[in-house]
Amino acid sequence: MHKFLIRSFVSSLVLLFTLTVAAVAKDVKAAFVYIGPTGDHGWTYQHDVGRKAVEAAGFKTTYVEGVPESADAERVLRQLANSGHDVIFTTSFGYMNPTNKVAKEFPNVKFEHATGYKREHPNVSTYAARFYEGRTILGTIAGTMTKSNVIGYVASFPIPEVIRGINSFTLAAQKVNPNIKTKIVWAFTWYDPGKEAEAAKALIDQGADVIAQHTDSTAIVQMAEKAGVYAFGQASDMDKFAPKAVLTSVENNWGPYYVDRVKAVANGTWNQKDTWHGIGDGMVVISDLDSQMPADLRSKVKKLQADLASGKVHSFTGPIYDQKGNLMVAEGKTADDGMLAGMMTYVKGVEGDIPK
Amino acid sequence: MIIDINFVGLIIASIMASAVPLILASCGELITERSGVLNLGVEGMMIIGAISGFALMTVTGSLIVAVFGAMLAGVLISTIFAFLTQTLITNHVATGLALTIFGIGISAMIGKNFVGIPGKEFPVLFESLKDTIPLISPILFGHSIVFYFAFALPFITSYFLKKTKIGLIVRAVGDSPESASNQGINVRLVRYACILYGGAMSGLAGAYLSMIYTPQWIENMTGGRGWIALALVVFSTWNPIKILIGAMIFGGLTIIQFHMQAIGVRIPVQFLTALPYIVTIIVLVVISRDSRKIRLSTPSSLGKSFHKDN
Repeated sequence: MHKFLIRSFVSSLVLLFTLTVAAVAKDVKAAFVYIGPTGDHGWTYQHDVGRKAVEAAGFKTTYVEGVPESADAERVLRQLANSGHDVIFTTSFGYMNPTNKVAKEFPNVKFEHATGYKREHPNVSTYAARFYEGRTILGTIAGTMTKSNVIGYVASFPIPEVIRGINSFTLAAQKVNPNIKTKIVWAFTWYDPGKEAEAAKALIDQGADVIAQHTDSTAIVQMAEKAGVYAFGQASDMDKFAPKAVLTSVENNWGPYYVDRVKAVANGTWNQKDTWHGIGDGMVVISDLDSQMPADLRSKVKKLQADLASGKVHSFTGPIYDQKGNLMVAEGKTADDGMLAGMMTYVKGVEGDIPK
Repeated sequence: MIIDINFVGLIIASIMASAVPLILASCGELITERSGVLNLGVEGMMIIGAISGFALMTVTGSLIVAVFGAMLAGVLISTIFAFLTQTLITNHVATGLALTIFGIGISAMIGKNFVGIPGKEFPVLFESLKDTIPLISPILFGHSIVFYFAFALPFITSYFLKKTKIGLIVRAVGDSPESASNQGINVRLVRYACILYGGAMSGLAGAYLSMIYTPQWIENMTGGRGWIALALVVFSTWNPIKILIGAMIFGGLTIIQFHMQAIGVRIPVQFLTALPYIVTIIVLVVISRDSRKIRLSTPSSLGKSFHKDN
């Protein structure tokens, strides 16, 4: 009798254990594909911070860094899909076609493509952050802090994401200071410290005393520090690289979204969607405001941040004109997401042409 | 756009700063090639110098240790090349290419722990004189010691090759190792020394990038500068003074292009990236039309292995 009790107790324990394991560990494995090294302290670094949040939430993750946006990407994706990953995050615009192509071959694997717009198969979702909201804040600060009224902007490639950022930045800067000019230099790279530094130096030599960047390395803020002008951190808080120059940074915060999506895969509730989150959802974060900024500017920025988060203020509120003076957004209206997603014209006040 | 004279000075200063790693690596490679050895591993030695300098600076905190450590790292990696090509008589081209691939790989591996760390400020000289004379001051003052060394190096190299006995020996070994050997010169020893010197200069060029120019470590941060340095040696027709001019042109292309963009003039970027190589090819075509010039300027035994027995 005694023996029987023990045995049934043990066997029920075993059963319970097995059931629990079965419930928890439909072991979801997530993979991340990065364009740069995880140590770029910019774009890829922030995605990796997000990946670590997924690990912390109890899921297994893998990552492949420095994957070129070419046939190589397809090969890497296929390998990851073949090796038992349930969800794959492809974290650069150029992975758009490879992601969709490989997604077709692996209908049971979920694909999440950052900053793209193609969802050709039901297992492909896209996500992006409304960085332009952050750039509205940077523009406000730049327009207020500049003394030379020349603001430099190091851009990467002429794609809507970058043009939108330039426009949002310039509109905000003009709002607080109608006399400013935004000078743009295209570095044609996302990541090349030498080139980025040279581009920043050229802008500084031409009189820019605030430098904004849409490339990923810390070389620009370091150059600004050397030259004694202001700059803004890109993607992560770059304050420690240039404590005097960096006024604030726009941080990309992917963690909450990644955890959310991987959990959805685990629960079987994952569905295709297109996510575009901004300051309000915490995907875009503004770092600490530097104390060199006057107190009234800091409180103004805080208020702007709150208004952008609540939707009370929109970065693209009319009237907005293009360079030729044509009306883009009418008075009292705001630009819709379709217009923002395909934005390939400069607004009035930006100097130069978009390179072909 | 009003051309301000100070502005011109600033542009020239930027161009000179970007020319520094090219001058250092080219002058080093020039000595190597003058001794008859073609080392295509400049890019690899440079990147090893870059990571070694940055890592030593971060770990020891000493800039002097870091700079000399980077040169030493360049020497060490070029020792591999010297051993293979001089002692084991392997093919120069293949060994040099292998050295580059090896350098890029191993630097990325060592560098894993040094990404995302801010570099230290490198002291500059004559900072206080920077605003004294328009145009001239920004060019002459407020640079690091490596900058001044780089601009002195072509003249030192030229003097060394033309006026010193050791310089003559190096040229003799490069032009005719057989005759030099018959004169009792240890060809292998001279070539070893020249390769190691080239390694040290490439290492210094790399350290300049990771410690002074853009003080941080990033994978592949030399970004092809080693190849441009190699092209530069050919462009200069093995003349150190012409390296100075070539480095300014090659280094200046990007900077001029950025300035033109900021002013509003557009040139296709891809064209500018290819330009150093196009110019080098043109120079090659021009000099090879004149066989006398080739004989005069090219080290005759360049890239050929030397067997002592024959």
